[in-house]
Amino acid sequence: MAITMPLSSIIHKQPQKQRDKWPSNDFQEELVIRPLHSGDIYASFQFRTLWETDFMRGNKVSHYRLFPKSLGQVISKFSVRELHISFTQGYWRTMQWGQPFLPSPPGAELWVWFQDSVTDVDGTWKELTNVLSGIFCASLNFIDSTNTVQPSASFKPLGIGNVTDHSFLRYATLPREIVCTENLTPWKKLLPCGSKAGLAVLLKSEKLFHSSFHSQAVHIRPVCQDWQCKTTSWELRQTLNVVFDLHTPGQGKREWSLFKMFSRTLTEACPLASSSKIYIDITDNPQGEQFEVSPATPLLSQAMVLGDRRTFSVYDLTQQITFGTVRSLNLLIRWKSSEDMLRPLLHGERYVAGYGLQTGEIHTLMYNNHPYRSFPVLLLDSVPWYLRLYIHTLTVASKGKDNKPSYIHYQPSKDRVRPHLLEMLVQLPPNSVTEVTVQFERALLKWTEYTPDPNHGFYVGSSVISSLVPSIVAMDTNSTREQPLFSSFFPCKEESSYFVRVYTEPLLVNLPTPDFSMPYNVICLTCTVVAVGYGSLYNLLTRSFQIDEPSPGLAKRIANIIRKMRGVPPL
Amino acid sequence: MVGVPLWWRTTETYRAWLPVSQINELANMQLQLSADVEVVFARGTVTPEQQKKVPLTQTQDEEHTVDGDLIFKAWDHRFESPCGSLVVYVIPESSSLLPEDMDVYIGQRRTALLRIGAQMRVGRTVEQLLAHLEPRIKQVLQVMSFSHTDITAALSDRVRLSPGNKESIADSMRAFKSSPGYEITFSLLNPDPKSHRLHWDIEGAVQTYIQPLLTKLAPVANFSLDSQTLYYAMLGVNPRFDSSSSAYTLNSDSLAHVINPVEARLGSNAASSNPVLNFLLYVPDAHHSPLYIHDNKKQEVPSNAFHSPRWGGIMVYNVNGFYRPEAVLPVDININMAKVMGVFLAQLRLLLGVQSSTAPPGFLMAPCGSTGLADWELDRLMWSRSVENVATATTTITSLAQLLDQIGNIVINDNIAEQVSSAVTSLQLAVAELEAGNLGFALQYSKEAIMASERAFFDPSLLHLLYFPDDQKFAIYIPLFLPMCVPILLSLLKIVSEARQKRREKQAKKD
Repeated sequence: MAITMPLSSIIHKQPQKQRDKWPSNDFQEELVIRPLHSGDIYASFQFRTLWETDFMRGNKVSHYRLFPKSLGQVISKFSVRELHISFTQGYWRTMQWGQPFLPSPPGAELWVWFQDSVTDVDGTWKELTNVLSGIFCASLNFIDSTNTVQPSASFKPLGIGNVTDHSFLRYATLPREIVCTENLTPWKKLLPCGSKAGLAVLLKSEKLFHSSFHSQAVHIRPVCQDWQCKTTSWELRQTLNVVFDLHTPGQGKREWSLFKMFSRTLTEACPLASSSKIYIDITDNPQGEQFEVSPATPLLSQAMVLGDRRTFSVYDLTQQITFGTVRSLNLLIRWKSSEDMLRPLLHGERYVAGYGLQTGEIHTLMYNNHPYRSFPVLLLDSVPWYLRLYIHTLTVASKGKDNKPSYIHYQPSKDRVRPHLLEMLVQLPPNSVTEVTVQFERALLKWTEYTPDPNHGFYVGSSVISSLVPSIVAMDTNSTREQPLFSSFFPCKEESSYFVRVYTEPLLVNLPTPDFSMPYNVICLTCTVVAVGYGSLYNLLTRSFQIDEPSPGLAKRIANIIRKMRGVPPL
Repeated sequence: MVGVPLWWRTTETYRAWLPVSQINELANMQLQLSADVEVVFARGTVTPEQQKKVPLTQTQDEEHTVDGDLIFKAWDHRFESPCGSLVVYVIPESSSLLPEDMDVYIGQRRTALLRIGAQMRVGRTVEQLLAHLEPRIKQVLQVMSFSHTDITAALSDRVRLSPGNKESIADSMRAFKSSPGYEITFSLLNPDPKSHRLHWDIEGAVQTYIQPLLTKLAPVANFSLDSQTLYYAMLGVNPRFDSSSSAYTLNSDSLAHVINPVEARLGSNAASSNPVLNFLLYVPDAHHSPLYIHDNKKQEVPSNAFHSPRWGGIMVYNVNGFYRPEAVLPVDININMAKVMGVFLAQLRLLLGVQSSTAPPGFLMAPCGSTGLADWELDRLMWSRSVENVATATTTITSLAQLLDQIGNIVINDNIAEQVSSAVTSLQLAVAELEAGNLGFALQYSKEAIMASERAFFDPSLLHLLYFPDDQKFAIYIPLFLPMCVPILLSLLKIVSEARQKRREKQAKKD
């Protein structure tokens, strides 16, 4: 260590102008708690950082305040327009839990829109995945051309800017990825308050990963700062969704509290946050007949979320009164009874059919539970090259009748280079199940291409079903900017419908797996055969042959013995 | 007979040709540096008849293979001198350009004024004049261009030197190693956002104070700048409360523990692999304020800052004066960037290896101006950087050649051979330019050499067969050779026993 003296001779003038306006940065945090009808609890955290900057002009921005520097550098170095990354452990059960606020497939998912100034999109994508893999401590470096696709219709930019050229879009999933603490820690580091203050103190990994479903995501996109869109800003949304199973902790009591689930209570909001709120969904519980919430709050808020008008109790953490006299907030929900929930209007399922290790059939089922409206859905399937799809066997049927898709985009695979991409627009009739089937053949891999546990099977990523679903309630036209974060992610243009993205289960397919000691066995066997052949040849070449007097036969020997006894000379 | 060449062909590793002899030459290369010095005699220092006798060029060989090329010339006006060269103006003793007690003035550019000694009156011979001037010009040269210690410091990592004094070793360890680029990160650490809201005009400060220096340093390396604000970032040590001054203090021996916990929050640079210079401005929280850094002698450090060699600098900025009893928390505080940047700029100069050499007595230095760096200081840096680059690249290339020579399993692809050859060529060019005194080109070539050599050394294709174990070879060859050996061994045994029998028979016959 050494001590530095100020270099006063260099500094001879004070900065004259003091900036009167700092570039506006804004940070909001929010937690939504929704009691599910299955008796589980859905907790959804959202943290939003806004950073006003004129990124569209391509200025090199390098001074960060609330926005994390590591992500800012990634955006500017790789000319990213939008970045969406999610890590999910467990599968979201749409039929039991309804729609999530932000859907995500099991494993890791990454989709990125690059700016049109990028010339080598594939090279940039490769570098970007490697850098992100370092930032999030995940195996994103396994993303390569064999699991990357360019969807033509399913993934449109969610921020401002009309980009239609899907050559700047890359989409990849890693269904095998396992999410754990080492992914959560770097994610928490991106928050301005870290896990030191605000809602993030609840994010304790030993509790979060002891749950039925865990999903964390980072979404970066450009948004408008105001209604006229005069100024633009980067929006960083960090979301974390978790479903707690109430029956696992036991005791038979259906009771839920912040302390019980997160082993922490709240004492303060993040001092940097302009808004810090907790919402509890009490729509199904207007009179408190199903469950009761304590402490009670007089604040109520209504929001349109996923086509449904929901009512929420609001706890504003920036108000000191929320914490009461004990200076800490511990929300408590006590169940009284439960009843059936509304079935989600759209959901999907997928499975592999067939027997043997040569061929098989992928079935994708899409359910439209709306009683009288039909609506179109976009189905995206990305299948690895080692399942060779027979696209001529593709059938789409609803209610036993053929249902011809109005748009099909199919990109055949190339072995070891790129996967199959199948996108189609299908009209789902009301109250129906639409089944998409396609047959495939399993390829034989090279022996180095097998995973370390090949008998576990190979994962095929989830299908993505994107749709504008007709809303149950008409859209609220009198929307103000003061809406909660969880309802404002997907842009909603049409008033009578809302956007939903549904992910099906990932598939686990067995491929013909050889006995891996086989090459060595073959080497040993052929070598032995060669050696035996060589040995006999060698013997033939080196042995000298001589005629040997054959020894007398047995009869002759006996006869000789008898003759000897008789005194007669032998034969 | 067919099998052996086939087996040989299929199992050999591809090894491209490398310029081994040139690399070996590099290993025992002698560096020779030369700088052009122009000595200009002002009117009144030499007589016209002396002027005719002045030799045009005089080469001076110095020890340690450091070469000074002194060119004596008559009066000549040249204000812009090329990079690496020097102009020394010799002025008469009575000149009023310099203050009375000063003999040498070193300007901002590559010029120096030298007062001629009192005993050198008109009428002495040219030889005497030159003999008088020579040691003094050498002294000027050592300050403004390169000295023996500079060069040995630049080579210190490569060459084992006799242990010199501790101070100079510490000096040579402080600066960052030579690299084609540096990332400079300014971080504002606010551990207590509840009590103060800090505003720093980093954009303006960087434009005003840091950018001119970096623009000046552009020939040496590329720099990229960024800044961030970190909240709830704590120091790793608990400062002690000093009741006599009612302030918290950090001792100099506890400073070593400050950096590690903070560094975890700083975040690595995702976008490049250049070394990062960190400058942290730490504003202590309200409960540990004011906070002062104490040096070895338990004295308060006036700048309240310290730096860590090859890492960066930390400055503590106390804001306790802003907490008034009536103030509402959080307090809005504007940071005085001039004060902060003065400290950071001084640290930046040290960490980049700009030597703030203490002037010998009788020397007067010009203030370094708005850029914070005089031209000759840049030259000094470029000299030592070129030498360091040449040394690093040479070591890399020779050790790569050694490694490839030792381990025969490594595949050498054509691109690696290409990189090695280009590194060797650039190295030779850099050495030649250093000898010729073209500093700018020398630095450029030495940078190219270092890049090419590093690329060759860290090429992943070298690793593919590096650890190809011998037991795998045995596993493949033994199933073939073991059964084949059995008949051969048996027949050998048979031959031996037959030979023995024959000998015995012979002996029996003899007997």
